[in-house]
Amino acid sequence: MSVNGRTYERDVEPRMLLVDFLRQDLDLTGTHAGCEHGVCGACTVLVNGRSLRSCLMFAVQANGASVETIEGLANADGSLSILQECFHDHHGLQCGFCTPGMLMTLTEHLRENATPDEQELRVVLTGNLCRCTGYQAIVEAGLDAARRMRAKKEAAE
Amino acid sequence: MKPGPFTYHDPTELADAVALIGAHENARALAGGQSLVPMMNFRYAMPDHLIDLNGVSGLSFIDCGERIRLGAMTRQRDVEFSSDLQHAVPILREALLNVGHRQTRNRGTIGGSICNLDPSAEMPAIMLLHDAELTAQSTRGVRKIPMNKFALGFMTTSLEPDELLTEISFARWGKGHGYGFHEYARRHGDFAICSAGVLIEADSRGEVARIAIVVGGLGATPVRLSAFEAAAKGHRLADELIAEAAAAASRMDALSDAHFSADYRRHLAGVLTRRAMKSAFERIGVAAYV
Amino acid sequence: MSEKYFGASVKRKEDAALLRGKGKFVDDVKLPGMLHACFVRSSSAHAMIRGIDKSAALALPGVIAIITHDDLPEPMRSRRLPLYVPNPNMKQVFMPCVLADGETVFVGEALAIVVAESRYIAEDAAALVIVDYEDLPAIVDPRDAIADDAPLAQAGAKNNIVCNVPVRFGDTDAAFAKAKHVFRESFFMHRGGPFFMECRGVVGQWDASAEKLTMYASSQGSHRFKRTFVDLCDFDENQVQVITNDVGGGFGPKGSFYVEYAAVAAASMLVGRPVKWIEDRRENFVATQQERDQYWDMEVAADEYGKLLGLRGRLLHDGGAYVTWGLVLPWIAATSVIGPYVLPAYHLDLVVVMTNKITCSPVRGAGRPQGCFVMERMMDRIARELGLDRAEVRRRNFIQPAQMPYNIGLTFRDGKQAIYDSGDYPLSQQMALDHTNYPAFEERRKAALREGRYIGIGTANAVEGTGLGPYEGATIRLSTSGKIVLYTGATPQGQSHQTTLAQVAADHLGVSYEDIRVVTGDTNSIPFGMGTFASRTAVNAGSSVHLAGIEVATKIKKLAAELLEVSPDDLELKNGGVEVRGVPEMRKSFRELANISVGLYGFSMKGDRDPGLEATSYFKPEQSTYANSCHVAEVEVDIETGHVQVTRVLVNHDCGRVINPLIVNGQIVGGVAHGIGNALFEHLLFDENGQPLTTTLGDYLIPMATDVPNVDVIHTETPSPLNPIGVKGAGEGGTIAVIAAIISAVENALTPFDAKLTNMPIMPEQIVRIVNGTNKIAAE
Repeated sequence: MSVNGRTYERDVEPRMLLVDFLRQDLDLTGTHAGCEHGVCGACTVLVNGRSLRSCLMFAVQANGASVETIEGLANADGSLSILQECFHDHHGLQCGFCTPGMLMTLTEHLRENATPDEQELRVVLTGNLCRCTGYQAIVEAGLDAARRMRAKKEAAE
Repeated sequence: MKPGPFTYHDPTELADAVALIGAHENARALAGGQSLVPMMNFRYAMPDHLIDLNGVSGLSFIDCGERIRLGAMTRQRDVEFSSDLQHAVPILREALLNVGHRQTRNRGTIGGSICNLDPSAEMPAIMLLHDAELTAQSTRGVRKIPMNKFALGFMTTSLEPDELLTEISFARWGKGHGYGFHEYARRHGDFAICSAGVLIEADSRGEVARIAIVVGGLGATPVRLSAFEAAAKGHRLADELIAEAAAAASRMDALSDAHFSADYRRHLAGVLTRRAMKSAFERIGVAAYV
Repeated sequence: MSEKYFGASVKRKEDAALLRGKGKFVDDVKLPGMLHACFVRSSSAHAMIRGIDKSAALALPGVIAIITHDDLPEPMRSRRLPLYVPNPNMKQVFMPCVLADGETVFVGEALAIVVAESRYIAEDAAALVIVDYEDLPAIVDPRDAIADDAPLAQAGAKNNIVCNVPVRFGDTDAAFAKAKHVFRESFFMHRGGPFFMECRGVVGQWDASAEKLTMYASSQGSHRFKRTFVDLCDFDENQVQVITNDVGGGFGPKGSFYVEYAAVAAASMLVGRPVKWIEDRRENFVATQQERDQYWDMEVAADEYGKLLGLRGRLLHDGGAYVTWGLVLPWIAATSVIGPYVLPAYHLDLVVVMTNKITCSPVRGAGRPQGCFVMERMMDRIARELGLDRAEVRRRNFIQPAQMPYNIGLTFRDGKQAIYDSGDYPLSQQMALDHTNYPAFEERRKAALREGRYIGIGTANAVEGTGLGPYEGATIRLSTSGKIVLYTGATPQGQSHQTTLAQVAADHLGVSYEDIRVVTGDTNSIPFGMGTFASRTAVNAGSSVHLAGIEVATKIKKLAAELLEVSPDDLELKNGGVEVRGVPEMRKSFRELANISVGLYGFSMKGDRDPGLEATSYFKPEQSTYANSCHVAEVEVDIETGHVQVTRVLVNHDCGRVINPLIVNGQIVGGVAHGIGNALFEHLLFDENGQPLTTTLGDYLIPMATDVPNVDVIHTETPSPLNPIGVKGAGEGGTIAVIAAIISAVENALTPFDAKLTNMPIMPEQIVRIVNGTNKIAAE
């Protein structure tokens, strides 16, 4: 499978969950396992562009797929992406454990919806639990990221 | 919370998948995995063989013809985003937006949800509402199962162990039909405590030409208010009809559990049926079917 | 010193790694040869264990060891976990063994540890271990536990009573005798568990040749963990190192030392390889400590103006299976009742019982929400009975700023008299009411009612003992590379210590907060530490950093003054060096100074210099410092489904001087979300046999993004006189009073139904029953 643009080939036991494969076999420990029953969303990654729970998918099922994780979000020069930067600016993370899932969910959503409103983002984020922030700063970060992405696009046009 | 060991099969053709599920004891078909894999992680489910349907061709499709046909492996997300379906069966998306979350709908399938048959799940209720017909396939052949014969009991379907659900189909309701789906869950995307769905076609006199009402979450399986539906035909679309529907819903049998009493579920059945009826009334003639 | 960073909303140092997926959580630790563990846990709430058959499990390929109590190394085997919070009022003390020894007292108790090549295999093996139980009656409901003929929660106990002690001041009998009004209420309060997103976990590595134990732990205080290992194994201080890197939330229960940690250490000793155990979410629901249940039967006495005369009653607290936190939790609850109000007389019989459920631990707020709830509900009751406005009743009872310092008359959990050091409670509430336009709400409520909508407002005040001792330390060191490093025993789980402590230090050292490396939670970096709990880090560690910063700056100036032949008073620390004020070319860099300070190999030290430019300070607060808050909550109730939507929360918080408003506000908003969970969602259920019924995040409901409104945070700022930086704690203030405010708001919304709410959480079915009349659910 390809993860963040790099190709990996491994033999794995069929029961190996994708989240464990990423973390243990590929040492991509940025994706977190928070509940292993598909509720908390900390393990959210993008597979072929779609967000999903990597604790509810076996690694073998991602054979040949293109996977994106938090490790692949930063810009090529290592600087933070707009969304990451907005999390930083708005204090959108405290302990940081749910953050990979939050970022991946919003990454997918902002790719598809350039002009989200607050309620829409709150609904999208119901798939990701956070115990530290009360979500407010995460929602603000998402809204600000959308604004900045639009501004960047307009500037480029 | 790691799944137990199993032998993994990833057929690409339906015939192979059917042969595999027929050939192995304690085999489970893996669709989107949004219910089965948690059960496996908890080791409540420990299949020896897992037949992964995700690579099987021909099981994911949306056909909005005379009848609506959905491949069993169609992702909930694809249904959610299908503008054809949104026009033809608007209640489907209204219900689907309550199914889990974006990440689970991206992966979860229509067929998987129907086969899992959680008592308060939206998709089985919607299919029951539409009198859907399910197509099951095994090495013994193809079988059609009406939705009202599919649910046998608590999370128990009439699928044989060697059968796979391949397709769901149902007749579309007439242009301008009214629809409404309301549920109550504690949090967004949680399994509902109770849900209600309503479809209504009105005739030119403003009377009920056809009506269907389903209530989910009350007992082991979703139920239709068949007696009320039959009696309602020809009645005027008026507030009294809404009240009668709600009363009928709140007289249904219900189960208690550690979280909610039967009384409360019945009460919700009445409230939600009333709300669904009201939505359906308001939408008659304005539904986007074109 | 100019205050450039103290008080500034600078962005966090922690984020760079966490946002890139480069955090270092305990499950990210990977050591050569590392094995994986899981536990065989009790399926019975109370039973004697007749035998454990591990033969089938041991035969499984990849299984390395299965360790039960009898296999543990001495002296761990014959010891129980030490109790670090003794209290003379405790009549019986039961602490757990590392692995259960013959008797199990709650579902989830660790009976055996399975060590295997992978977690998958370990779980395969655990399923094959057969435990022979002889079931005993289980005590589940604390109200049953106090009966004379109640079954015993512990086979060796006299009864189930841990403590029965009065907490009191003043003459309650006299107060009640003369009172114009006496009102009685019974309260039930449940506070779930922490449910941090990262479950617990440790990696243990025993180095047999060096006889050293290294533990990586997800914790709230690595020094406390170290101490337990030292005491359990008779180690000396240098034989144990506990390292806590990033922690995915703590909220109290990650501060406890759990038997699993000792079992993992034992496993590493026995198998000779590193062993990792990461708690999974199912274990988290049965083996991580919870706060759970309190029953309060209370009477309040008030005069004709609604002023408090006395409060009396009984608190029955469910302590769970063991008493690892002593009386800390109920004691805080009992002493937090008074809040910001003048209460002339108080008598509370504090009864703590053991039950066959997982041990109780403080959770964010730690009993304060319950104490606050009792008083705030009584305030609302007085208002209702006397026909007064709810905020007005509170206003009439406030302790006035001129009364500070105010001795409430009780001993707080810190062992000192509870003396409020600062605060302006009337102002706090007035600001909160002004910001929410509280006086206009009643009109809004009535207007909504005419549209068939049920909205309500509630307000609640809390005073919170924060910054508990005994101390926290900080070492600031100028390294010979010129880098500044700050070491502390305070161990963060998202509270941003690396940023806030660097802010405090940076102002003293003339550098950016970003230039200071902050090392937390490594027991090898500083000898003593207590960890993060009781909203104590800013007070304790913050003050220590401040004092150490001053000391290092003084040392730096002294050395530079010698070298530059000027007076230290003419020097200023600036841009990573020291320079003569106004003469920037007369300058010594930190690197230069640090190198000179350590001396030259073999050469005599010059003058009276001590080696190194570093300082360590342990700030020891003389008593707790008392923060306060006023919460205003608005809700809308769907009277048909019983659903409550919190539509607005405002918090006016006073934590003294604010080091970083961005971070403090984040703490408060997050705390509010936790309180919303406690008010409306979170409930751990058990059946009559003590089997937990809520064991997934689908059954136990943590608030989602759609359940939490935007929270407005404002501050009154009354600096604490008790520490050099004037701060008070902020980590729990968001949670404490919001629960009472929300439930008051729900009651207000349900005014047409004459609702009287005396419990938390409030569930939708309860609301429907109220709306439909006494305990009835009406058919449509």
